[in-house]
Amino acid sequence: MIKKEMIAMLLAGGQGSRLGVLTSKVAKPAVAFGGKYRIIDFPLSNCINSGVDTVGVLTQYQPLRLNTHIGIGIPWDLDRNIGGVSVLPPYEKSGESEWYTGTANAIYQNLDYMEGFNPDYVLILSGDHIYKMDYEVMLDFHKSSGAEVTIAVMPVPIEEASRFGIMITDENKRITEFEEKPEHPRSNLASMGIYIFNWKTLKEALITMANQPALDFGKHVIPYCHDKGAPLYAYEFTGYWKDVGTLSSYWEANMELIDIVPEFNLYEEYWKIYTRSEIQPPQYFSGDSVVERSIIGEGTDIYGKVYNSVIGCGVTIGKGTVVRDSIIMNQTQIGESCELYKAIVAENVTIGNRVRLGIGEEAPNDTAPHIYNHGIVTIGEKSIIPDGITVGKNTVIFGETTDKDYENSYFASGKSLIKAGEQ
Amino acid sequence: MRAIGIVLAGGNNRRMQELSQKRAICAMPIAGSYRSIDFTLSNMSNSHIQKVAVFTQYNARSLNEHLSSSKWWDFGRKQGGLFVFTPVVTADNSNWYRGTADAIYQNLSFLKNSHEPYVVIASGDGVYKLDFNKVLEYHIEKKADITVVCRDMPDTTDVCRFGTVRMNEENRIDEIEEKPLQAKSSTVSCGIYVLRRRQLIEMIEKCAEEDRYDFVRDILVRYKDLKRIYGYKIKEYWRNIASVEDYYSTNMDFLKPEVRNYFFKQYPDIYSKVDDLPPAKYNPGACVHNSLISSGCIVNGVVENSVIFKKSYIGNNCVIKNSIILNDVYIGDNTYIENCIVESRDTIRANSRYIGEEGKIRIVVERNERYTI
Repeated sequence: MIKKEMIAMLLAGGQGSRLGVLTSKVAKPAVAFGGKYRIIDFPLSNCINSGVDTVGVLTQYQPLRLNTHIGIGIPWDLDRNIGGVSVLPPYEKSGESEWYTGTANAIYQNLDYMEGFNPDYVLILSGDHIYKMDYEVMLDFHKSSGAEVTIAVMPVPIEEASRFGIMITDENKRITEFEEKPEHPRSNLASMGIYIFNWKTLKEALITMANQPALDFGKHVIPYCHDKGAPLYAYEFTGYWKDVGTLSSYWEANMELIDIVPEFNLYEEYWKIYTRSEIQPPQYFSGDSVVERSIIGEGTDIYGKVYNSVIGCGVTIGKGTVVRDSIIMNQTQIGESCELYKAIVAENVTIGNRVRLGIGEEAPNDTAPHIYNHGIVTIGEKSIIPDGITVGKNTVIFGETTDKDYENSYFASGKSLIKAGEQ
Repeated sequence: MRAIGIVLAGGNNRRMQELSQKRAICAMPIAGSYRSIDFTLSNMSNSHIQKVAVFTQYNARSLNEHLSSSKWWDFGRKQGGLFVFTPVVTADNSNWYRGTADAIYQNLSFLKNSHEPYVVIASGDGVYKLDFNKVLEYHIEKKADITVVCRDMPDTTDVCRFGTVRMNEENRIDEIEEKPLQAKSSTVSCGIYVLRRRQLIEMIEKCAEEDRYDFVRDILVRYKDLKRIYGYKIKEYWRNIASVEDYYSTNMDFLKPEVRNYFFKQYPDIYSKVDDLPPAKYNPGACVHNSLISSGCIVNGVVENSVIFKKSYIGNNCVIKNSIILNDVYIGDNTYIENCIVESRDTIRANSRYIGEEGKIRIVVERNERYTI
């Protein structure tokens, strides 16, 4: 009989709407990160590095890029005869069919998948965090503490604690109470959205709670287990962990990679992060290029100047162009004599010559100030920006634009121009 | 494709000096992220050849490691795929491969058990792009027995280290010489041949009966009047790695935009083993001009007109000029390197100075201990 001690279920179906146009055509876990990676590479690499070789990836929102990226799991060595990676989209049933309506509902709809591996433990992960974590150590903690459910937690500054789900524990790390985004937090241990369940506990809870609309781990399953008296433990994690749910935290997490000795180090031999690399040639720097404090992916040609930036693979940066404090994703072409300040430019964008991004005074974004802020210019994938355009701060441009879309070649701070994708 | 592929990758060459101590020529790192055999394997894969045998012999550890998985070139197929043949001792043979023809003879069952009508034989040390389908079409059109891919070399090249061919106006080869003392022609053989599988089996068996072992000397040269041997001329970029000078200049060629564009930007791609390295990182003090840098490198110093291979570390205040730094080299602070090739996995102590003379490349092999934190 097929037997896996622990299998992982990776929730990758979310839109991540606070990343704005970056997730308008791709699911958040498939958004590029750190030059050559995608966000989902981190939990997937953690799985294989922790010896978890069976991973179900639950997809729903815009799964095309995620599916092509995962494929049969070759980059993570997750192409296995038994187990390996399986992409699990919602499916039609003979009775009532539904989308995945909540995190736990998605897992509930795949009980058969999990049953097939006859697991003792199920690891629940989300596909939108940047971290390196040994799930095997967490499992050891789970076993030795006698927990039925273990929740990974992280100490956060107490003033920020009200943004998270907060766990209150006794001296043995057993969870006594928990609060979702409390106004007056009584602890600073924030849930990381990583759970280990005893298979029996999880199965029983999901079946009992099946009819709960939008069944969610944090809101329903964990409280149910707690009320039932199942031992819940908190596993404290103190390494680097970053939620890249907003444009500014996404930008920050990228910028942290270019520190001289970054807190999150991609260069350690131990605990490699794997990704699918389609582009392999080395990167080229021309005679008058300048590069400082940056990381740059394969096959990129730099003819201009790059400072404090994260540049993806297959990018071209033209002669005389200055890129500062920016994130440029794969295959984007930037013309000559441009200036980019604090810009996030998604994949396959074409920027003409003499284009200036991030110029002028700050002004709040006119359509979505909670998304486009911190002075960041965001350009969606496959956008085209014609020659000679000047773009202000807190702006967003998405789609193939022409001169006619801009007044006097100027696009003021705080404006939005969305011509493509889902609005 | 109605052909199988054979890659001759056993060779070593004294002119590679210290560089070949560590590896076969086919495993020589090229252009930052590749090894020389990647070009032939990618060409075969891109020409839809689905079954390829690589014959290795000399110091094949690096090469075997590189070929340990066939998926990078898309040879991980149920039908066919990539076969690596090293010499083995059997009941009736205990010899090494005594030559290219002997290598094929010792693995004749591979040819006999295949059903494809044609064979493409290529040496594994060429840097080029070629669609073998075009060569095969030409081969059929000319009703040739053997087609040899060849290239006119500029007059400045000393062709005496190549095999040279002379063709008549129909492109039939009437003169073929291996490493001639005085070349009669500036057209050289690229070491790529197309012929019928049965024809090859017949010739190789005959060759073995007569105790002859070399494909060029004992087959091409001897059969040149008896069989219809045609030349297929290529005009595009082609180099083979046969000496330190060739190796250096081939790598430096990739600093030219037209060469990079041809190999890296134009379809089809060249594939290589994926090493799972992070992006290259440039710290304050980094200054890179007209150079190629590969993934996994960390640069703190000055790099000019150089090719830096994967996962190298360049310390503070270093200056690297007109040099090639092979994979996984650690260069300590304040080091000056000019006109050198630094051997892979080497550790260069801080404050070192290595300068090769102009036109004569110095090979740096230090084998210092590396202390990692």
